[in-house]
Amino acid sequence: MSEVLVVVEATKEFGVKKVTLEMLTLARELGTPSAVVLGGAGAAEALSAKLGEYGAEKIYAAEGDDIDGYLVAPKATVLAALVQRVQPAAVLLASAQEGKEIAARLAVKLDNGILTDVVGLAADGTATQVAFAGSTIVKSKVAKGLPLVTVRPNSVTPSPAAATPAIEQLTVSVTDTDKLAKVVERVAEQKGSRPELTEAGVVVSGGRGVGNADNFKLVEELADLLGGAVGASRAAVDSGFYPHQFQVGQTGKTVSPQLYVALGISGAIQHRAGMQTSKTIVAVNKDGEAPIFELADFGVVGDLFKIVPQAAEEIRKRK
Amino acid sequence: MNIVVLVKQVPDSGADRNLRNDDNTVDRGSANNVINEMDEYAIEEALKIKEAHGGEVTILTMGPDRATESIRKALSMGPDKAVHVLDDALHGSCAVATSKVLAAALGQLGADLVICGAESTDGRVQVMPHMIAERLGVAALTGARKLTVDGATLTVERQTEEGYEVVTASTPAVVSVWDTINEPRYPSFKGIMAAKKKPVQTLSLADLGVAPTEVGFDGATSAVVEHTKRPPRSGAPRSPMRARAASSWSSSSPPKSSCESGSGHV
Repeated sequence: MSEVLVVVEATKEFGVKKVTLEMLTLARELGTPSAVVLGGAGAAEALSAKLGEYGAEKIYAAEGDDIDGYLVAPKATVLAALVQRVQPAAVLLASAQEGKEIAARLAVKLDNGILTDVVGLAADGTATQVAFAGSTIVKSKVAKGLPLVTVRPNSVTPSPAAATPAIEQLTVSVTDTDKLAKVVERVAEQKGSRPELTEAGVVVSGGRGVGNADNFKLVEELADLLGGAVGASRAAVDSGFYPHQFQVGQTGKTVSPQLYVALGISGAIQHRAGMQTSKTIVAVNKDGEAPIFELADFGVVGDLFKIVPQAAEEIRKRK
Repeated sequence: MNIVVLVKQVPDSGADRNLRNDDNTVDRGSANNVINEMDEYAIEEALKIKEAHGGEVTILTMGPDRATESIRKALSMGPDKAVHVLDDALHGSCAVATSKVLAAALGQLGADLVICGAESTDGRVQVMPHMIAERLGVAALTGARKLTVDGATLTVERQTEEGYEVVTASTPAVVSVWDTINEPRYPSFKGIMAAKKKPVQTLSLADLGVAPTEVGFDGATSAVVEHTKRPPRSGAPRSPMRARAASSWSSSSPPKSSCESGSGHV
């Protein structure tokens, strides 16, 4: 079977991201998965056990400051050379900012079609995408070149399949043009122990109804009890209740957890765009006419400050 | 500084949006078409840079005839002029072909700085800044929440999942911005009147030296095979519980109504 390249998405804090395991699982249905690690020195070694656990038969590594010290251009150059050498059956990247950006440059370099926000990929290269805030399902294909696809997190259930990948170090030869956008500083912001928003199985989000930044503690409490991530609607972010990186919706993150809990969120289309494909949606809102109830599998009309503490207490009892 | 802002006309994301049944492209005919919201932040950022450092701000739009409305609206915020890439052969163009056309237009305009929104609300593909930068051989600083201009040096602060990073490049460069970067101004009455008289140049594919076969459906590197409206959520909207019922949560019988649905979702 031919090789399928999976470009690894990982963070220093969490290691291999779940979307990478999803991509490896998907790749196994299309061919033989090879992981591609583009990062700082030693990155591939650190990630290899996990990648092997999910079926990576081989790991290609391009590492060092020439890769890690700039925005995506050097990564795209290295990846383009690899694609031309191994002629894979498909290239999968994460449908997050960096994955999309690498894919964008790869598409231009190879004059190859690109499909983003893919939630399924058949062996014949037909991809399933969700468009317009989840309201439309699209089947599409790359018409020129190989399937170059970015996969939306939480689209595939990752399943392990042990392999023992060997690491092949790639020669990193990038041009000056690749090094125009230099990273001069990386600042880690406190994050706590919560799972990453786009990867979490449970997301608890607060909206304007939460009232102020201090009250978000209630949202955080419920999220922590459920082992979930905290999200916020745009109204809550714009009002300064919660930082922008946690915004769910059209101009923020798209999430697709098993359980989405919307607290004090009316459910404007802008918010729905980011959470509509969640498996089960629970909403608490004072306004029984709020559009969020059109989506909710389970809705409670009432004061979240009365309901959430009761729910929290009940969950605590059952833990 | 010669700044070009990319502006896309999109169907209003606050209303029902559809793909056309005949050719699977975005249905613009029945939609309320507006400026892509994120592009307003790009325009604002360009105007702020012009106000601080001097120069000229040009709007660049590729789109059908009716995109003129969005161009005038963009100009009413304060930019100096606009360029509209307009050609029937462009209908059905993929992202890769679009980037070829925009890069050709930017090449003619000789921009020092290209600013665009981080994504459009219709496609949400987020690839254009890097595709254009790749074609022009310039830097792309994407997802900016803060942009500082010091002579020819650009410094951008961008959100990452672990925090943020600071990235620098020299002009010429492409910068994409999120809605956290500024608060776009409302067009003034004076601005709206002035926009009617501002020059809007129309460029065809021939003007840009791009062959019609390289764009549209003929030149598309990807194709939509089919589309369907997603069925309503399988559970169908249930009537929400009233708050008084919520008090029963503290009793020993938790609500059992919900979790069976959702299995049919993509």
